[in-house]
Amino acid sequence: MSILVDRETRVICQGFTGRQGTYHSEQAIAYGTNLVGGVTPGKGGQRHLDRPVFDTVAQAVQEAGAQASMIYVPAAFAADAICEAADAGVELVVCITEGIPVQDMIRVKQYLGQTAVRLIGPNCPGIITPEACKIGIMPGYIHRRGRVGIVSRSGTLTYEAVKQTTDLGLGQTTCIGIGGDPIQGMDFVDCLRLFAEDPETEGVLMVGEIGGDAEERAAEYIRESYPKPVAAYIAGATAPPGRRMGHAGAIIAGGQGTAQQKILALRDAGAEIAASPAELGAAMARALA
Amino acid sequence: MNLHEFQAKALFRSVGIPVPPAELITRIGDVREAWPRLESGSALVKAQVHSGGRGKAGGVVHVTGPAEAEAAVARLLGTRLVTGQSGPEGLPVDQVLMEPAAAIAREFYFAMLVDRAQASVVMVVSAEGGMDIETLARERPEAVVTMQIHPVTGVMPFHGRRVAQVLGLTAEPARAVAKLVRDAYRLFQSSDAQLLEINPLVLTADDQLLALDGKLVIDDSAAYRQREIFGLRDARQRNEAEERAQEHDLNYIRLDGNIGCMVNGAGLAMATMDLIQHHGGQPANFLDVGGGTTVERVTEAFKLILSDTAVRAVLVNIFGGIVRCDLIAEGIIAAIREVHIEVPVIVRLEGTNAEAGRAALAASGLDIVAAADLDRAARAAVEAAA
Repeated sequence: MSILVDRETRVICQGFTGRQGTYHSEQAIAYGTNLVGGVTPGKGGQRHLDRPVFDTVAQAVQEAGAQASMIYVPAAFAADAICEAADAGVELVVCITEGIPVQDMIRVKQYLGQTAVRLIGPNCPGIITPEACKIGIMPGYIHRRGRVGIVSRSGTLTYEAVKQTTDLGLGQTTCIGIGGDPIQGMDFVDCLRLFAEDPETEGVLMVGEIGGDAEERAAEYIRESYPKPVAAYIAGATAPPGRRMGHAGAIIAGGQGTAQQKILALRDAGAEIAASPAELGAAMARALA
Repeated sequence: MNLHEFQAKALFRSVGIPVPPAELITRIGDVREAWPRLESGSALVKAQVHSGGRGKAGGVVHVTGPAEAEAAVARLLGTRLVTGQSGPEGLPVDQVLMEPAAAIAREFYFAMLVDRAQASVVMVVSAEGGMDIETLARERPEAVVTMQIHPVTGVMPFHGRRVAQVLGLTAEPARAVAKLVRDAYRLFQSSDAQLLEINPLVLTADDQLLALDGKLVIDDSAAYRQREIFGLRDARQRNEAEERAQEHDLNYIRLDGNIGCMVNGAGLAMATMDLIQHHGGQPANFLDVGGGTTVERVTEAFKLILSDTAVRAVLVNIFGGIVRCDLIAEGIIAAIREVHIEVPVIVRLEGTNAEAGRAALAASGLDIVAAADLDRAARAAVEAAA
């Protein structure tokens, strides 16, 4: 078992024939992802990577049974691509694109609220169920099928969490990079809820960072009655206030969103805290013991 | 991107938000000619820098005639203003704004910003303007009122009525503030703003609303469709090294420590800084080299890090996903050969082709400490810098 995606999930790529779309589709196929085709407006009817190209997502759903979409279109077209996928009835949309204007995401979020679609991202590494389905830009080979769910706001720091849990023999059920933008799709609570229901997931490792209050809301959620052990790390304890640290979301504003507040909230809720990024796997192992 | 006060006010004016008449001064010689146009016996001379706290720093001067105005302009123009937010080196004053002093009856606070939790724009107002809103929100939260503006409806008439009530305005000023709310939201949307702040918004002795100060922060991601506004960018208001970093698509922020950091990914970069402190060291910078790292960018990153003379050691931490570690290693080797590096360089490579990358570093004959894991890399850097 896993959450959201598995070996059967029928995946398409929006921005299929572009440079990014092509490269990451090749990687996904090599990993074993059930990639059933892709969408590039104006190129419908062609074949690319030995798979059909469609003009619209609706057509990809109709003719190829698309259930999940990975989006690699440029930022200016990403809001349109997300909404098109939702409109066509795709269940899971994973938007890798970074640099989407915030006001576009306000409208997208509003629109998605009226549908059943789940959005991961934007500006994220994607989602992977090891040895089954890779939708995103993460290096597949560091993952091992195993016991823990991983959810993270960061890209390369997620890989760090994956590698450490792999090295310790814990392995992963599913790993989700939810992205670092201020307005995004699924958050920690959404992912924690799904991991709670997955029989194979024995514990959850969450990797947060400064800014916003998503970690505090996650703490509130697990405090109530979360059925599985949680380990957590928060990046940015030493970041100076008021400076934006790369991610649009990672900024401490007026004493809000500090690492200290988030760590206190999570510890208080019963999470095992990793004191340093070198102890992500160790903290997870402690929480499971 | 931050705008100057005079630029924000020009945009305010363009949508109908009332601002005082103003003269932008870039040369002392222009003061005498501009003064009569203010049609006022007294004026404020305001340094144009990208920082709050200008008043306390002496960047806003009240003057009562052209001679005093000239003296104030002479004192400010061409200097660097050090405010509580600017850092010790201060910010260059290349322009000053001269405005007639208004007869103020009341001062309010007004802002619009993007609220991430509600995924919408919120409006923040208070009848107690002029002071630091964050302090006010902490000490007397009941004095600060926030209202959501739903993306589907935009500003509705009730928003205006509510703001008027919170600010204690009736009759004509109440109508004026309702219009200001609509105009501000229109500007917020059309300019891809992240923050629009008027502090203070004042009611003058003759019952006029006026935006006495203005702040506008524009979403960097919208640069491609806000060309005109991004054309207003003032590069001199940024740290030189940070400006250079931006040109090369690097994300660099200078800090106070002595261990230079080069990392791929913002989260991992913050985590690397944390780990350095965890082991008793101090990071000299935040630097995210990003995903599509090339030899040129790695070289430029080294140059940036070493432009900080406090740096005693450099820690490179790369977890290759899309980027291959062997290419990164090549970049590091080329950079070290090109840039004369006298401090120890500690490199931790992990991920795609990490083995090949480590082998290349070892074979280079350069004095590079290869660390087996993240923890050992950070320890080695802290020891080297001590």
